[in-house]
Amino acid sequence: MSPAPPDDAVRVGVLAIQGDVAEHLRSIAAAGGRPSRIRRPADLNDIDGLILPGGESTTIGMLGGEAGLLSAIRLRVAEGLPVWGTCAGLILLAQDVGQAQPLIGGLDVTVARNAFGRQVDSFEVDLDVAGLTDGPFRAVFIRAPVVCRAGPAVEVLARLNDGTIVAVRQGLMLGTSFHPELTGDHRLHTLFLRMVAAQRSASRQSRA
Amino acid sequence: MSDSDNSAGERSPRESATWRIKTGMAAMLKGGVIMDVTTADQARLAEDAGAVAVMALERVPADIRAQGGVARMSDPEMILEIMKTVSIPVMAKARIGHFVEAQVLESLGVDYVDESEVLTPADERYHIDKHGFKVPFVCGCRNLGEALRRIAEGAAMIRTKGEAGTGDIVEAVRHARSVLGEIKRLTVLGNEELVAAAKDLGAPLELLREVAGSGKLPVVNFAAGGIATPADAALMMQLGVDGVFVGSGIFKSENPAKAAAAIVRAVQHYDDAAVIAEVSRGIGAPMRGRAVQEIPEGERLAARGW
Repeated sequence: MSPAPPDDAVRVGVLAIQGDVAEHLRSIAAAGGRPSRIRRPADLNDIDGLILPGGESTTIGMLGGEAGLLSAIRLRVAEGLPVWGTCAGLILLAQDVGQAQPLIGGLDVTVARNAFGRQVDSFEVDLDVAGLTDGPFRAVFIRAPVVCRAGPAVEVLARLNDGTIVAVRQGLMLGTSFHPELTGDHRLHTLFLRMVAAQRSASRQSRA
Repeated sequence: MSDSDNSAGERSPRESATWRIKTGMAAMLKGGVIMDVTTADQARLAEDAGAVAVMALERVPADIRAQGGVARMSDPEMILEIMKTVSIPVMAKARIGHFVEAQVLESLGVDYVDESEVLTPADERYHIDKHGFKVPFVCGCRNLGEALRRIAEGAAMIRTKGEAGTGDIVEAVRHARSVLGEIKRLTVLGNEELVAAAKDLGAPLELLREVAGSGKLPVVNFAAGGIATPADAALMMQLGVDGVFVGSGIFKSENPAKAAAAIVRAVQHYDDAAVIAEVSRGIGAPMRGRAVQEIPEGERLAARGW
Protein backbone atom coordinates (compact mmCIF):
# COMPACT_ATOMS: atom_id res chain seq x y z
CA MET A 1 0.00 0.00 0.00
CA SER A 2 1.18 3.48 -0.83
CA PRO A 3 0.99 6.11 1.90
CA ALA A 4 -1.97 8.51 1.69
CA PRO A 5 -1.15 11.37 -0.69
CA PRO A 6 -0.75 14.88 0.71
CA ASP A 7 -3.76 17.20 0.48
CA ASP A 8 -2.28 19.14 -2.43
CA ALA A 9 -1.47 15.97 -4.43
CA VAL A 10 -2.58 16.20 -8.04
CA ARG A 11 -5.72 14.25 -8.85
CA VAL A 12 -5.16 11.92 -11.79
CA GLY A 13 -8.02 9.90 -13.26
CA VAL A 14 -7.71 6.68 -15.23
CA LEU A 15 -10.30 5.99 -17.93
CA ALA A 16 -11.92 2.85 -16.47
CA ILE A 17 -13.86 1.21 -19.27
CA GLN A 18 -11.60 -1.77 -19.85
CA GLY A 19 -7.91 -2.66 -19.67
CA ASP A 20 -5.07 -2.36 -17.15
CA VAL A 21 -6.72 0.34 -15.04
CA ALA A 22 -5.60 -1.00 -11.64
CA GLU A 23 -1.94 -0.98 -12.69
CA HIS A 24 -2.13 2.74 -13.53
CA LEU A 25 -4.01 3.55 -10.30
CA ARG A 26 -1.20 1.88 -8.34
CA SER A 27 1.51 3.69 -10.30
CA ILE A 28 -0.15 7.10 -9.80
CA ALA A 29 -0.34 6.50 -6.05
CA ALA A 30 3.28 5.34 -5.97
CA ALA A 31 4.34 8.54 -7.78
CA GLY A 32 2.53 10.65 -5.16
CA GLY A 33 -0.71 11.44 -6.98
CA ARG A 34 -4.32 10.88 -5.98
CA PRO A 35 -5.81 8.31 -8.35
CA SER A 36 -9.45 7.84 -9.32
CA ARG A 37 -11.48 5.83 -11.83
CA ILE A 38 -13.23 7.70 -14.63
CA ARG A 39 -16.38 5.83 -15.64
CA ARG A 40 -18.77 8.63 -16.62
CA PRO A 41 -18.39 12.17 -17.99
CA ALA A 42 -19.12 13.82 -14.61
CA ASP A 43 -16.06 12.08 -13.11
CA LEU A 44 -13.89 14.34 -15.31
CA ASN A 45 -14.84 17.37 -13.19
CA ASP A 46 -12.79 16.21 -10.23
CA ILE A 47 -9.39 15.60 -11.82
CA ASP A 48 -6.29 17.57 -12.80
CA GLY A 49 -4.97 15.02 -15.30
CA LEU A 50 -6.12 11.90 -17.14
CA ILE A 51 -4.51 8.62 -18.17
CA LEU A 52 -5.91 6.42 -20.95
CA PRO A 53 -4.73 2.90 -20.09
CA GLY A 54 -3.81 -0.13 -22.17
CA GLY A 55 -6.58 -2.41 -23.35
CA GLU A 56 -8.42 -3.03 -26.58
CA SER A 57 -8.80 0.31 -28.35
CA THR A 58 -11.81 -0.86 -30.38
CA THR A 59 -13.70 -1.84 -27.21
CA ILE A 60 -12.71 1.24 -25.21
CA GLY A 61 -13.50 3.54 -28.14
CA MET A 62 -16.90 2.01 -28.82
CA LEU A 63 -18.07 1.91 -25.20
CA GLY A 64 -16.50 5.28 -24.39
CA GLY A 65 -18.27 6.81 -27.36
CA GLU A 66 -21.65 5.44 -26.28
CA ALA A 67 -21.18 6.75 -22.74
CA GLY A 68 -20.36 10.24 -24.03
CA LEU A 69 -16.89 9.92 -22.54
CA LEU A 70 -14.85 10.40 -25.71
CA SER A 71 -16.49 13.73 -26.54
CA ALA A 72 -16.33 14.88 -22.90
CA ILE A 73 -12.61 14.03 -22.78
CA ARG A 74 -12.02 15.78 -26.13
CA LEU A 75 -13.60 18.92 -24.69
CA ARG A 76 -11.64 18.83 -21.41
CA VAL A 77 -8.35 18.21 -23.24
CA ALA A 78 -9.07 21.16 -25.54
CA GLU A 79 -9.61 23.26 -22.37
CA GLY A 80 -6.18 22.22 -21.08
CA LEU A 81 -6.54 18.92 -19.22
CA PRO A 82 -3.20 17.07 -19.39
CA VAL A 83 -3.67 13.58 -20.83
CA TRP A 84 -1.40 10.56 -21.31
CA GLY A 85 -2.24 7.54 -23.44
CA THR A 86 -0.38 4.24 -23.10
CA CYS A 87 -0.66 1.71 -25.95
CA ALA A 88 -4.44 1.59 -26.62
CA GLY A 89 -4.58 5.03 -25.01
CA LEU A 90 -2.07 6.34 -27.56
CA ILE A 91 -4.30 4.95 -30.33
CA LEU A 92 -7.32 6.81 -28.87
CA LEU A 93 -5.38 10.11 -28.80
CA ALA A 94 -4.11 9.80 -32.37
CA GLN A 95 -5.52 11.95 -35.13
CA ASP A 96 -5.45 8.98 -37.53
CA VAL A 97 -5.06 5.20 -37.12
CA GLY A 98 -5.61 4.11 -40.72
CA GLN A 99 -8.96 2.48 -40.05
CA ALA A 100 -12.41 3.61 -39.01
CA GLN A 101 -12.82 3.41 -35.23
CA PRO A 102 -14.02 5.86 -32.55
CA LEU A 103 -11.17 8.06 -31.28
CA ILE A 104 -10.56 11.08 -29.06
CA GLY A 105 -7.95 12.56 -31.39
CA GLY A 106 -6.01 15.77 -30.86
CA LEU A 107 -2.49 14.37 -30.95
CA ASP A 108 -1.09 15.19 -34.40
CA VAL A 109 0.24 11.74 -35.21
CA THR A 110 -0.67 8.80 -37.39
CA VAL A 111 -0.51 5.52 -35.50
CA ALA A 112 -0.17 2.01 -36.90
CA ARG A 113 -1.90 -0.60 -34.72
CA ASN A 114 -0.28 -3.96 -33.90
CA ALA A 115 2.80 -2.63 -35.68
CA PHE A 116 5.20 -5.37 -34.55
CA GLY A 117 2.89 -8.27 -35.44
CA ARG A 118 1.08 -10.61 -33.10
CA GLN A 119 1.54 -11.45 -29.40
CA VAL A 120 4.56 -13.74 -30.00
CA ASP A 121 6.33 -10.68 -31.43
CA SER A 122 5.74 -8.59 -28.30
CA PHE A 123 8.96 -7.66 -26.48
CA GLU A 124 10.60 -5.55 -23.81
CA VAL A 125 13.80 -3.51 -24.05
CA ASP A 126 15.78 -0.87 -22.15
CA LEU A 127 15.06 2.41 -23.90
CA ASP A 128 16.38 5.95 -23.61
CA VAL A 129 13.51 8.37 -23.08
CA ALA A 130 14.09 12.13 -23.42
CA GLY A 131 13.42 13.92 -20.14
CA LEU A 132 14.23 10.92 -17.95
CA THR A 133 17.48 10.95 -16.05
CA ASP A 134 18.98 7.98 -14.19
CA GLY A 135 19.28 5.67 -17.16
CA PRO A 136 17.07 3.96 -19.70
CA PHE A 137 13.48 2.90 -19.10
CA ARG A 138 12.27 -0.72 -19.37
CA ALA A 139 9.77 -0.41 -22.22
CA VAL A 140 7.20 -3.21 -22.45
CA PHE A 141 5.59 -3.52 -25.89
CA ILE A 142 2.47 -5.73 -26.05
CA ARG A 143 0.80 -5.94 -29.46
CA ALA A 144 1.93 -2.37 -29.54
CA PRO A 145 1.12 0.49 -31.88
CA VAL A 146 3.81 2.86 -33.19
CA VAL A 147 3.81 6.45 -34.41
CA CYS A 148 4.42 6.39 -38.17
CA ARG A 149 3.90 10.13 -38.73
CA ALA A 150 4.42 12.96 -36.25
CA GLY A 151 3.29 16.51 -37.00
CA PRO A 152 5.49 19.63 -36.58
CA ALA A 153 4.21 20.38 -33.05
CA VAL A 154 5.04 16.88 -31.83
CA GLU A 155 8.20 16.30 -29.81
CA VAL A 156 9.68 12.81 -30.11
CA LEU A 157 10.67 11.39 -26.71
CA ALA A 158 11.83 7.91 -27.69
CA ARG A 159 12.76 5.90 -30.73
CA LEU A 160 13.73 2.31 -31.33
CA ASN A 161 17.05 1.63 -33.04
CA ASP A 162 15.43 1.60 -36.48
CA GLY A 163 14.09 5.10 -35.84
CA THR A 164 10.51 4.02 -35.07
CA ILE A 165 8.83 6.58 -32.81
CA VAL A 166 7.38 5.07 -29.62
CA ALA A 167 6.96 8.05 -27.24
CA VAL A 168 5.78 11.59 -28.02
CA ARG A 169 4.66 14.80 -26.40
CA GLN A 170 2.60 17.62 -27.84
CA GLY A 171 1.88 20.35 -25.31
CA LEU A 172 -0.14 18.74 -22.53
CA MET A 173 -0.54 15.44 -24.36
CA LEU A 174 1.76 12.49 -23.81
CA GLY A 175 1.72 9.22 -25.72
CA THR A 176 3.69 6.00 -25.29
CA SER A 177 3.49 2.78 -27.30
CA PHE A 178 4.68 0.84 -24.27
CA HIS A 179 3.36 0.16 -20.75
CA PRO A 180 5.22 1.94 -17.91
CA GLU A 181 2.44 0.79 -15.56
CA LEU A 182 3.61 -2.82 -15.90
CA THR A 183 7.06 -2.03 -14.52
CA GLY A 184 7.97 -1.00 -11.00
CA ASP A 185 9.59 2.12 -12.48
CA HIS A 186 7.41 5.18 -11.85
CA ARG A 187 9.59 7.82 -13.53
CA LEU A 188 7.19 8.38 -16.42
CA HIS A 189 4.23 8.65 -14.05
CA THR A 190 6.27 11.15 -12.04
CA LEU A 191 7.03 13.10 -15.21
CA PHE A 192 3.33 13.16 -16.11
CA LEU A 193 2.37 14.21 -12.58
CA ARG A 194 4.81 17.11 -12.88
CA MET A 195 3.12 18.17 -16.14
CA VAL A 196 -0.23 17.98 -14.35
CA ALA A 197 1.01 19.98 -11.35
CA ALA A 198 2.53 22.68 -13.58
CA GLN A 199 -0.71 23.02 -15.54
CA ARG A 200 -2.74 23.20 -12.32
CA SER A 201 -0.66 26.04 -10.91
CA ALA A 202 -0.76 27.86 -14.26
CA SER A 203 -4.54 27.70 -14.43
CA ARG A 204 -4.88 28.71 -10.75
CA GLN A 205 -2.70 31.75 -11.44
CA SER A 206 -4.70 32.73 -14.50
CA ARG A 207 -7.90 32.48 -12.42
CA ALA A 208 -6.41 34.52 -9.56
CA MET B 1 8.52 16.66 -36.57
CA SER B 2 11.45 18.26 -34.80
CA ASP B 3 14.80 17.00 -36.04
CA SER B 4 16.51 18.06 -32.87
CA ASP B 5 15.50 14.98 -30.97
CA ASN B 6 16.97 11.77 -32.26
CA SER B 7 18.73 10.95 -29.05
CA ALA B 8 16.72 7.92 -28.05
CA GLY B 9 17.60 4.32 -28.67
CA GLU B 10 17.63 0.80 -27.34
CA ARG B 11 20.10 0.06 -24.56
CA SER B 12 19.67 -3.72 -24.23
CA PRO B 13 18.82 -6.70 -26.41
CA ARG B 14 15.08 -7.14 -27.00
CA GLU B 15 13.51 -9.87 -24.89
CA SER B 16 10.29 -11.54 -25.98
CA ALA B 17 7.95 -14.00 -24.25
CA THR B 18 8.93 -12.83 -20.75
CA TRP B 19 6.53 -13.55 -17.90
CA ARG B 20 5.67 -9.84 -17.86
CA ILE B 21 4.84 -9.87 -21.58
CA LYS B 22 2.67 -12.97 -21.18
CA THR B 23 0.76 -11.85 -18.09
CA GLY B 24 0.67 -8.23 -19.30
CA MET B 25 -1.18 -9.30 -22.43
CA ALA B 26 -3.93 -10.77 -20.22
CA ALA B 27 -4.00 -7.58 -18.12
CA MET B 28 -5.03 -5.68 -21.26
CA LEU B 29 -8.14 -7.88 -21.49
CA LYS B 30 -9.44 -7.05 -17.99
CA GLY B 31 -13.00 -5.79 -17.80
CA GLY B 32 -13.73 -7.40 -21.15
CA VAL B 33 -15.63 -10.24 -22.78
CA ILE B 34 -13.92 -12.99 -24.81
CA MET B 35 -16.30 -14.73 -27.21
CA ASP B 36 -16.25 -18.18 -28.81
CA VAL B 37 -16.55 -17.91 -32.58
CA THR B 38 -16.55 -20.57 -35.30
CA THR B 39 -16.43 -18.44 -38.48
CA ALA B 40 -14.96 -15.16 -39.71
CA ASP B 41 -18.47 -13.66 -39.79
CA GLN B 42 -19.03 -14.51 -36.14
CA ALA B 43 -15.62 -13.03 -35.30
CA ARG B 44 -16.58 -9.77 -36.99
CA LEU B 45 -19.88 -9.73 -35.12
CA ALA B 46 -18.01 -10.24 -31.84
CA GLU B 47 -15.56 -7.43 -32.57
CA ASP B 48 -18.38 -5.10 -33.60
CA ALA B 49 -20.19 -5.87 -30.34
CA GLY B 50 -17.12 -4.83 -28.32
CA ALA B 51 -15.42 -8.15 -27.52
CA VAL B 52 -11.80 -7.74 -26.33
CA ALA B 53 -10.76 -11.03 -27.97
CA VAL B 54 -12.23 -14.03 -29.73
CA MET B 55 -11.69 -17.75 -29.18
CA ALA B 56 -11.56 -19.50 -32.54
CA LEU B 57 -12.95 -23.03 -32.42
CA GLU B 58 -14.72 -25.46 -34.71
CA ARG B 59 -17.77 -26.15 -32.57
CA VAL B 60 -19.08 -24.24 -29.58
CA PRO B 61 -19.19 -26.36 -26.40
CA ALA B 62 -22.98 -26.88 -26.63
CA ASP B 63 -22.48 -28.59 -30.01
CA ILE B 64 -19.50 -30.62 -28.80
CA ARG B 65 -21.72 -31.81 -25.96
CA ALA B 66 -24.64 -32.62 -28.28
CA GLN B 67 -22.64 -34.25 -31.08
CA GLY B 68 -20.07 -36.14 -29.05
CA GLY B 69 -17.01 -37.63 -30.73
CA VAL B 70 -13.43 -36.52 -30.14
CA ALA B 71 -13.04 -32.74 -29.91
CA ARG B 72 -9.66 -31.52 -31.19
CA MET B 73 -7.76 -28.38 -32.12
CA SER B 74 -9.55 -26.48 -34.90
CA ASP B 75 -8.57 -26.44 -38.57
CA PRO B 76 -5.69 -23.96 -39.02
CA GLU B 77 -7.42 -22.65 -42.14
CA MET B 78 -10.38 -21.48 -40.07
CA ILE B 79 -8.16 -19.96 -37.38
CA LEU B 80 -6.08 -18.06 -39.96
CA GLU B 81 -9.24 -16.77 -41.62
CA ILE B 82 -10.43 -15.38 -38.29
CA MET B 83 -7.00 -13.87 -37.57
CA LYS B 84 -7.18 -12.05 -40.93
CA THR B 85 -10.68 -10.76 -40.20
CA VAL B 86 -10.36 -9.03 -36.82
CA SER B 87 -7.88 -6.63 -35.20
CA ILE B 88 -8.55 -7.84 -31.65
CA PRO B 89 -6.52 -10.78 -30.23
CA VAL B 90 -7.37 -14.30 -31.39
CA MET B 91 -7.16 -17.26 -29.01
CA ALA B 92 -7.49 -20.95 -29.88
CA LYS B 93 -7.84 -24.18 -27.94
CA ALA B 94 -5.45 -27.12 -27.62
CA ARG B 95 -6.32 -30.38 -25.90
CA ILE B 96 -5.04 -30.85 -22.34
CA GLY B 97 -1.51 -32.24 -22.60
CA HIS B 98 -1.39 -32.02 -26.41
CA PHE B 99 1.75 -29.96 -26.72
CA VAL B 100 1.98 -30.48 -30.48
CA GLU B 101 -1.41 -28.86 -31.01
CA ALA B 102 -0.05 -25.98 -28.92
CA GLN B 103 3.11 -25.86 -31.08
CA VAL B 104 0.91 -25.67 -34.19
CA LEU B 105 -1.18 -22.86 -32.72
CA GLU B 106 1.97 -20.97 -31.73
CA SER B 107 3.35 -21.32 -35.26
CA LEU B 108 0.07 -19.93 -36.67
CA GLY B 109 0.61 -16.85 -34.53
CA VAL B 110 -2.47 -17.03 -32.31
CA ASP B 111 -2.23 -14.55 -29.44
CA TYR B 112 -3.19 -16.94 -26.62
CA VAL B 113 -3.61 -20.73 -26.34
CA ASP B 114 -6.37 -22.15 -24.16
CA GLU B 115 -5.37 -25.58 -22.85
CA SER B 116 -8.97 -26.56 -22.54
CA GLU B 117 -11.12 -29.22 -20.90
CA VAL B 118 -13.75 -28.49 -23.54
CA LEU B 119 -11.64 -30.54 -25.96
CA THR B 120 -11.01 -34.25 -25.38
CA PRO B 121 -7.88 -34.57 -23.19
CA ALA B 122 -4.78 -36.00 -24.87
CA ASP B 123 -2.92 -36.75 -21.63
CA GLU B 124 -4.62 -37.83 -18.40
CA ARG B 125 -1.52 -37.35 -16.28
CA TYR B 126 0.31 -34.25 -17.51
CA HIS B 127 -0.70 -30.83 -18.67
CA ILE B 128 1.48 -28.95 -21.17
CA ASP B 129 4.79 -27.48 -19.95
CA LYS B 130 3.72 -23.96 -20.83
CA HIS B 131 6.97 -22.24 -19.81
CA GLY B 132 8.56 -23.73 -22.90
CA PHE B 133 6.38 -21.69 -25.27
CA LYS B 134 6.60 -18.12 -26.56
CA VAL B 135 2.81 -17.92 -26.86
CA PRO B 136 1.02 -17.36 -23.53
CA PHE B 137 -1.54 -19.85 -22.16
CA VAL B 138 -4.85 -19.62 -20.34
CA CYS B 139 -6.02 -22.66 -18.35
CA GLY B 140 -9.19 -23.62 -16.51
CA CYS B 141 -9.53 -24.35 -12.80
CA ARG B 142 -12.15 -25.35 -10.24
CA ASN B 143 -10.29 -24.28 -7.13
CA LEU B 144 -7.19 -22.45 -5.97
CA GLY B 145 -4.94 -25.52 -5.94
CA GLU B 146 -5.74 -26.26 -9.57
CA ALA B 147 -5.19 -22.60 -10.52
CA LEU B 148 -1.77 -22.53 -8.86
CA ARG B 149 -0.71 -25.87 -10.41
CA ARG B 150 -1.50 -24.42 -13.85
CA ILE B 151 0.37 -21.20 -13.04
CA ALA B 152 3.34 -23.29 -11.87
CA GLU B 153 3.30 -25.00 -15.28
CA GLY B 154 3.38 -21.57 -16.94
CA ALA B 155 -0.25 -20.49 -17.44
CA ALA B 156 -0.21 -16.67 -17.67
CA MET B 157 -3.97 -16.35 -17.29
CA ILE B 158 -6.58 -18.40 -15.44
CA ARG B 159 -10.27 -18.92 -16.02
CA THR B 160 -12.63 -20.75 -13.75
CA LYS B 161 -14.01 -23.76 -15.64
CA GLY B 162 -17.71 -23.66 -14.91
CA GLU B 163 -19.50 -26.26 -17.01
CA ALA B 164 -19.13 -25.31 -20.67
CA GLY B 165 -22.00 -25.66 -23.12
CA THR B 166 -24.75 -25.80 -20.51
CA GLY B 167 -25.92 -22.22 -20.14
CA ASP B 168 -26.15 -23.07 -16.43
CA ILE B 169 -24.16 -20.61 -14.30
CA VAL B 170 -24.07 -22.74 -11.16
CA GLU B 171 -20.66 -24.33 -11.75
CA ALA B 172 -19.03 -21.04 -12.76
CA VAL B 173 -20.27 -19.58 -9.48
CA ARG B 174 -19.09 -22.62 -7.52
CA HIS B 175 -15.58 -22.41 -9.01
CA ALA B 176 -15.21 -18.66 -8.68
CA ARG B 177 -16.40 -18.74 -5.06
CA SER B 178 -14.03 -21.59 -4.36
CA VAL B 179 -10.97 -19.81 -5.80
CA LEU B 180 -11.77 -16.41 -4.33
CA GLY B 181 -12.82 -17.85 -0.96
CA GLU B 182 -9.63 -19.89 -0.65
CA ILE B 183 -7.57 -16.80 -1.46
CA LYS B 184 -9.31 -14.88 1.35
CA ARG B 185 -8.62 -17.71 3.75
CA LEU B 186 -4.90 -17.74 2.88
CA THR B 187 -4.47 -14.07 3.74
CA VAL B 188 -5.05 -14.76 7.44
CA LEU B 189 -2.81 -17.84 7.76
CA GLY B 190 0.54 -17.90 9.54
CA ASN B 191 3.69 -19.26 7.93
CA GLU B 192 3.35 -22.75 9.38
CA GLU B 193 -0.29 -22.86 8.33
CA LEU B 194 0.67 -21.91 4.76
CA VAL B 195 2.95 -24.95 4.56
CA ALA B 196 0.04 -27.18 5.57
CA ALA B 197 -2.26 -25.37 3.13
CA ALA B 198 0.23 -25.98 0.31
CA LYS B 199 0.10 -29.69 1.10
CA ASP B 200 -3.71 -29.71 1.27
CA LEU B 201 -4.18 -27.70 -1.92
CA GLY B 202 -1.45 -29.57 -3.78
CA ALA B 203 0.11 -26.28 -4.84
CA PRO B 204 3.64 -24.85 -4.67
CA LEU B 205 4.35 -23.08 -1.37
CA GLU B 206 6.09 -20.15 -3.09
CA LEU B 207 2.96 -19.33 -5.11
CA LEU B 208 0.80 -19.76 -2.02
CA ARG B 209 2.96 -17.26 -0.12
CA GLU B 210 2.62 -14.80 -2.99
CA VAL B 211 -1.17 -15.15 -3.04
CA ALA B 212 -1.39 -14.87 0.75
CA GLY B 213 0.64 -11.66 0.62
CA SER B 214 -1.20 -9.95 -2.22
CA GLY B 215 -4.71 -11.33 -1.64
CA LYS B 216 -5.09 -12.19 -5.32
CA LEU B 217 -3.87 -14.57 -7.99
CA PRO B 218 -0.56 -13.56 -9.59
CA VAL B 219 -2.29 -13.61 -13.01
CA VAL B 220 -5.55 -12.32 -14.46
CA ASN B 221 -8.59 -14.48 -13.60
CA PHE B 222 -11.65 -14.69 -15.86
CA ALA B 223 -14.87 -16.69 -15.43
CA ALA B 224 -16.10 -19.20 -18.00
CA GLY B 225 -18.52 -22.06 -18.52
CA GLY B 226 -22.27 -21.42 -18.40
CA ILE B 227 -22.59 -17.66 -18.82
CA ALA B 228 -25.74 -17.14 -20.93
CA THR B 229 -27.21 -13.72 -20.02
CA PRO B 230 -26.04 -10.17 -19.23
CA ALA B 231 -27.02 -10.77 -15.60
CA ASP B 232 -24.91 -13.96 -15.50
CA ALA B 233 -21.90 -12.00 -16.72
CA ALA B 234 -22.44 -9.21 -14.19
CA LEU B 235 -22.88 -11.80 -11.42
CA MET B 236 -19.43 -13.21 -12.11
CA MET B 237 -17.93 -9.70 -12.19
CA GLN B 238 -19.54 -8.80 -8.85
CA LEU B 239 -18.15 -12.01 -7.37
CA GLY B 240 -14.73 -10.63 -8.24
CA VAL B 241 -13.38 -12.04 -11.52
CA ASP B 242 -11.50 -9.80 -13.99
CA GLY B 243 -13.64 -10.55 -17.05
CA VAL B 244 -15.66 -13.30 -18.73
CA PHE B 245 -15.50 -15.86 -21.50
CA VAL B 246 -18.81 -16.52 -23.24
CA GLY B 247 -18.95 -19.67 -25.31
CA SER B 248 -22.24 -21.05 -26.50
CA GLY B 249 -24.16 -18.26 -24.75
CA ILE B 250 -23.91 -15.89 -27.71
CA PHE B 251 -24.25 -17.93 -30.89
CA LYS B 252 -26.79 -20.34 -29.36
CA SER B 253 -29.05 -17.45 -28.38
CA GLU B 254 -31.94 -16.20 -30.50
CA ASN B 255 -30.20 -12.96 -31.53
CA PRO B 256 -26.40 -13.26 -31.25
CA ALA B 257 -25.62 -9.64 -32.15
CA LYS B 258 -27.94 -8.32 -29.44
CA ALA B 259 -26.80 -10.90 -26.89
CA ALA B 260 -23.14 -10.09 -27.56
CA ALA B 261 -23.60 -6.33 -27.28
CA ALA B 262 -25.71 -6.69 -24.12
CA ILE B 263 -23.20 -8.95 -22.36
CA VAL B 264 -20.30 -6.58 -23.16
CA ARG B 265 -22.22 -3.65 -21.67
CA ALA B 266 -23.31 -5.66 -18.64
CA VAL B 267 -19.65 -6.44 -17.90
CA GLN B 268 -18.69 -2.78 -18.24
CA HIS B 269 -21.51 -1.69 -15.89
CA TYR B 270 -21.55 -4.83 -13.73
CA ASP B 271 -22.39 -2.91 -10.55
CA ASP B 272 -25.21 -0.84 -12.07
CA ALA B 273 -28.49 -2.79 -12.03
CA ALA B 274 -30.33 -0.12 -14.04
CA VAL B 275 -27.89 -0.52 -16.94
CA ILE B 276 -28.06 -4.32 -16.73
CA ALA B 277 -31.87 -4.07 -16.86
CA GLU B 278 -31.71 -1.72 -19.82
CA VAL B 279 -29.32 -3.87 -21.89
CA SER B 280 -31.31 -7.03 -21.05
CA ARG B 281 -34.52 -5.68 -22.58
CA GLY B 282 -35.78 -7.30 -25.78
CA ILE B 283 -32.59 -9.11 -26.71
CA GLY B 284 -34.37 -12.37 -27.58
CA ALA B 285 -34.22 -15.73 -25.83
CA PRO B 286 -30.93 -16.85 -24.32
CA MET B 287 -29.59 -20.32 -25.20
CA ARG B 288 -32.01 -22.96 -23.95
CA GLY B 289 -29.32 -24.72 -21.99
CA ARG B 290 -29.22 -27.80 -19.88
CA ALA B 291 -29.13 -27.93 -16.08
CA VAL B 292 -25.81 -29.29 -14.83
CA GLN B 293 -27.65 -31.50 -12.32
CA GLU B 294 -29.18 -33.46 -15.24
CA ILE B 295 -25.74 -34.22 -16.67
CA PRO B 296 -24.17 -37.47 -15.46
CA GLU B 297 -20.85 -37.01 -13.63
CA GLY B 298 -18.97 -38.83 -16.38
CA GLU B 299 -20.09 -36.32 -19.02
CA ARG B 300 -19.04 -33.23 -17.11
CA LEU B 301 -16.19 -31.36 -18.79
CA ALA B 302 -14.92 -29.59 -15.66
CA ALA B 303 -13.70 -32.91 -14.24
CA ARG B 304 -11.13 -33.16 -17.04
CA GLY B 305 -7.64 -32.16 -15.88
CA TRP B 306 -6.58 -32.05 -12.23
